[in-house]
Amino acid sequence: MKRSRFSQILAGVLVNAIYEMKNYPIVTLSAVISPLSLLAVVAFVSSGDLLGTAIAGGLIMLFFSSGIALQSDLSHLKNDFKLQDMIVSSPASAKMYLAGMSIAELVYSIPGIAILIALAAIYIQPSVLQIAIFGFVLFLMFALSTAIGFMLATFSSDVVQSYAFSRLLSLLFATLPPVYYPITLVPYPFNYLAYLSPTTYAAEIMHWSIGALELSATHLFIDWAVLIGACIIIMFVAIKKSRWRDV
Amino acid sequence: MGSLECLNLTKVYDDHRVALDKVTFSVETNGIFGLIGRNGAGKTTLIRILATELAPTSGSASIDGLDVFNQPCQLRERIAIVPQEARAVRWMTPKQTVFSYLLWRGYPYKEAGRVADESLDKLGLTPYRDVLNNRLSGGTKRKVLLATVTASEAPIIFLDEPTVGLDPVSRRELWDILRELAKSRFIFLTTHYLEEAEQLADKIGILKEGQLISVGTLAELRRRVRYQYSIKLLSKTVIPQTDDAEITVSSPGDTQIMTNEAEAFRLARLLSEQGAKFSISPVTLDDIFFRLAGQKAGDEFEA
Repeated sequence: MKRSRFSQILAGVLVNAIYEMKNYPIVTLSAVISPLSLLAVVAFVSSGDLLGTAIAGGLIMLFFSSGIALQSDLSHLKNDFKLQDMIVSSPASAKMYLAGMSIAELVYSIPGIAILIALAAIYIQPSVLQIAIFGFVLFLMFALSTAIGFMLATFSSDVVQSYAFSRLLSLLFATLPPVYYPITLVPYPFNYLAYLSPTTYAAEIMHWSIGALELSATHLFIDWAVLIGACIIIMFVAIKKSRWRDV
Repeated sequence: MGSLECLNLTKVYDDHRVALDKVTFSVETNGIFGLIGRNGAGKTTLIRILATELAPTSGSASIDGLDVFNQPCQLRERIAIVPQEARAVRWMTPKQTVFSYLLWRGYPYKEAGRVADESLDKLGLTPYRDVLNNRLSGGTKRKVLLATVTASEAPIIFLDEPTVGLDPVSRRELWDILRELAKSRFIFLTTHYLEEAEQLADKIGILKEGQLISVGTLAELRRRVRYQYSIKLLSKTVIPQTDDAEITVSSPGDTQIMTNEAEAFRLARLLSEQGAKFSISPVTLDDIFFRLAGQKAGDEFEA
């Protein structure tokens, strides 16, 4: 029998996103609320001055949180429903399973992403180059967080802790760091602490690209290097450490 | 006809617990093979290894000529499993559950939809196809999982305690489904319920503390115990003199006499003459388990 890879990816998208959104519409609303509420707070507090950076921050938070959510979702399906065991003992490969589940996380965030893109089109009016920079940075954010999510899900056997851990990671890496506003607003020594999070480097690049932050060429180079480097290292570790068949 | 073969299959977990200890057996891959044993005997470990979910520490296994450890991808084309404690995903409907599983197995979209409908229909789940799984009864949820794996083309189905927690009626409904399914597929099931193995399995394996202590048909297992017949009677009954029997108080107020066929019928005749109330039957799997595993199954198994 010739197996369709498209079907295998589609299965993950349906189970981890579409069916839940279709059968429980409220989950879609809750997925949108979080990034938009922070965006609103920052925009109101800054009297609209930081709307551009907040839109960029909202996108970073959505893409990063989407990847991290993979950890709790995979863990939930694996430990609560034993679904992953059923899939391991089937012709579906780990790559197809992960691809479907990862895309599902993005699909889940589509309503939020669509609103933020619409806001960006209105208030930032990005050039083609800015769109390309945004796209690449967000892709790196998603790849990085997906790798972290998949690796952690491999070792997680407690769903309650998984969800708590997901929320904690999202808070530490996407809410607390200066992604909704420029790092120049963060006082010493917390500005240095912020550099422990890869989202800070992503935010600096995006804030620089829309003119909300001045960066030297060296600083910009370091930001790109750290972001790409972290992504490669985490993905490498995830591939090496993640398990499909238990040992 | 293919076969499932295990040779010295051993699994030692990180905490040094020996879950399987040189398990060796061979069964034909047709009909139903039932694996019984106490909690922690190693049933789930064995089924997970055979279903390519868990790597063993040592030993080898093959199913229909495919090496479980070196040819997992080829084997996964031919197997499907309902793991222990598996549950239908609560935010999905039975149709969505079966359909998505078939997509994962690589079925084209339209074919997956058609096959899912057929499978649900076969198991009498059509009236529930669009009801959320979390609104279904426990028995129906189990049927949904069964419909999921049986919808696939897999000729080998692993079921890890498929009827645990079900009421007697639902359990018997599932037994009928499994009997029908076993006409065209090989079913490897583990169970807590000795009656289930007795009713369903063509061959039975008894696992004790990681070791497979016996494998065979019920008739073969009977031949491996000293006495093949059982007489059950009230404890207050005067038991006729016998030299070739084992008498035990099986439960408060009940006595069991295990003996050979000729002696069983002689005792039965004497008991009838004294007007005693009793039953006589070949030994059950419960009796065999007690003799072979050295444990009273009723004490260790769920009712």
